Amino acid sequence: MSRFVIIGNSAAGIGCAEGIRTVDKDSEIIIISNEPHHTYSRPLISYLLCGMTDEQRMKYRPDSFYKDNNITAMLGCTVTAVDPAAHTVSLDSGEKIKYDKLMYACGSSPFVPPMKGLDTVKNKFTFMSLDDARALDKALSPDSRVLVIGAGLIGMKCVEGIADKVKSITVVDMADRVLPSVLDADGAKLVQSAVEKHGVKFLLGDSAKELFPDKAVLNSGAEVPFDILVVAVGVRPNISLLKDAGADCNRGILTDDTMKTSLDDVYAAGDCTESFDITVKNSRILALLPNAYMQGENAGINMAGVSRSYNKAIPMNAMGMFGYHMITAGTYEGDSFCESDGTDYKKLFFKDDRLMGYIMIGDVSRAGIYTSLIREQTPLSSIDFELIKHHPQLMAFEKTERSAKLSESH
Amino acid sequence: MKRVYVNEKWCLGCHLCEYYCTFANSGVSSMVNALKDKPLRPRIRVEEHDGISFAVSCRHCKEPLCVKGCITGALSVKNGVITVDSNKCVGCYTCILSCPYGCISPDDSGHAISKCELCTKNACGEPACVKGCPNQAIVYEDRDVTDTNKEAAV
Ligand SMILES: Cc1cc2nc3c(=O)[nH]c(=O)nc-3n(C[C@H](O)[C@H](O)[C@H](O)COP(=O)(O)OP(=O)(O)OC[C@H]3O[C@@H](n4cnc5c(N)ncnc54)[C@H](O)[C@@H]3O)c2cc1C
Repeated sequence: MSRFVIIGNSAAGIGCAEGIRTVDKDSEIIIISNEPHHTYSRPLISYLLCGMTDEQRMKYRPDSFYKDNNITAMLGCTVTAVDPAAHTVSLDSGEKIKYDKLMYACGSSPFVPPMKGLDTVKNKFTFMSLDDARALDKALSPDSRVLVIGAGLIGMKCVEGIADKVKSITVVDMADRVLPSVLDADGAKLVQSAVEKHGVKFLLGDSAKELFPDKAVLNSGAEVPFDILVVAVGVRPNISLLKDAGADCNRGILTDDTMKTSLDDVYAAGDCTESFDITVKNSRILALLPNAYMQGENAGINMAGVSRSYNKAIPMNAMGMFGYHMITAGTYEGDSFCESDGTDYKKLFFKDDRLMGYIMIGDVSRAGIYTSLIREQTPLSSIDFELIKHHPQLMAFEKTERSAKLSESH
Repeated sequence: MKRVYVNEKWCLGCHLCEYYCTFANSGVSSMVNALKDKPLRPRIRVEEHDGISFAVSCRHCKEPLCVKGCITGALSVKNGVITVDSNKCVGCYTCILSCPYGCISPDDSGHAISKCELCTKNACGEPACVKGCPNQAIVYEDRDVTDTNKEAAV
């Protein structure tokens, strides 16, 4: 019997626990989290605000999860130090907990850049956690004028979540387009105008020069009056505890492909780590939930003694804004193929006989077939690329490949 | 476990599977009322090109990328069947992004997804597409190859 200790009660931590349990039903598992809540889906905090879910339905696993999996959940406890030599973690209560194997899945924190005058703003929020969402919701009123700094994924989801609850929303971003990390310029225009139809105003290529209690002055000289400020410019991985313990870190914690860190018996997964992105063949932070879960699961399986590699990480994202959907994956490099009718938009990027990345907006049907071409690094010369370019379909594969897909168990 | 398998050699491209699927999952007792003048949203779809046709539906993978990647916990595996809790699903479409077979679609509301659940949640009992296929191009069989499979999948 071993004792597995997991720090983090979200996608990567839960993935780890489920990974361990596929192999080892008996050993002790302790999950520690500084959030006092049952495991919940972080991306759903925006859906919570607009009423598309509630705190019960947004639970990431059923109420009986910890009991069913024989897990001790220590919720509302902050880990303050990791001692790899002694194999212990220290809690804010002063208690020390011993581990045989440790999973570090501490995620990321909102990054709030230094901004002149920020300390004079009373109603300011970040948008990362259930508590953030509850606090923001409390402050909102039908008369609120909201300024959101950041038109990335989190800022945009926040906009969608609150759009129907406030008087006005202005979004400011230094980048010249919305969702700059996942969309190209043309795709971003489509999404921006769809969101503008909901009364949201964008000031792009601009940033806050100085904040006052009730207005922001931008670099362009424009002034934006507001009652509520949301800062959503990005996230930073929480690496400090493991870094202080001596683990190799870059921007994120570094692991091998079993998800083990440079410290003995210490694994890490999720937003706090770097992943080897097979599309750019480089290590980078992929702060995405599917990646967090699968890294965590893989770590858990290894921690429980079965050797397995996780080596298919790619950037990929699905999101909708007011019912207008977009799915993106990979890297936007190489030649491209584009189809657009002003509502449905698709762009494929290919290089060296491989699909590198794609953007689909509006009609996103069967997008996963493209994702799998990227993930599996399928040579495009082995499929009917002309056919698949227009619609993702299994028909584009060779007959034997089709038959393997449809007549074998997977 | 038993899954739906497809043999393109026998597929006539008649699309009956799509109709039977939509009907079975409509909750309506008359086929006419279920299908007439309604958008067809089957969970199995026929691909056709150049004289070849075959039906595609959820493979109920043992290592399901849709379930692992589900951001809400709405997708789960129950007795080998990948099922969706539409009450939890918000329609983010991360599963559509993830599924290598293209077998998950938005549902009527657009606020959740729909997928083949092997007719475990409707009155049909066993997959309606299989029962309705006139040429046995779609079958419901156990083709699992013991545990060695699992090793290979990993
Ligand atoms: C608004 C929003 C929308 C999003 N939408 C999407 C989306 O559509 N698709 C997508 O793929 N991703 C999305 N994401 C990103 C996704 O939420 C993350 O990638 C995912 O949650 C990462 O999981 P994780 O387990 O690595 O970390 P986290 O979810 O950040 O969890 C970290 C855990 O560690 C705990 N912790 C941290 N430090 C300590 C400590 N010292 N002691 C104890 N516990 C600690 C925290 O309490 C938490 O439980 C979204 C994020 C946000 C905020």
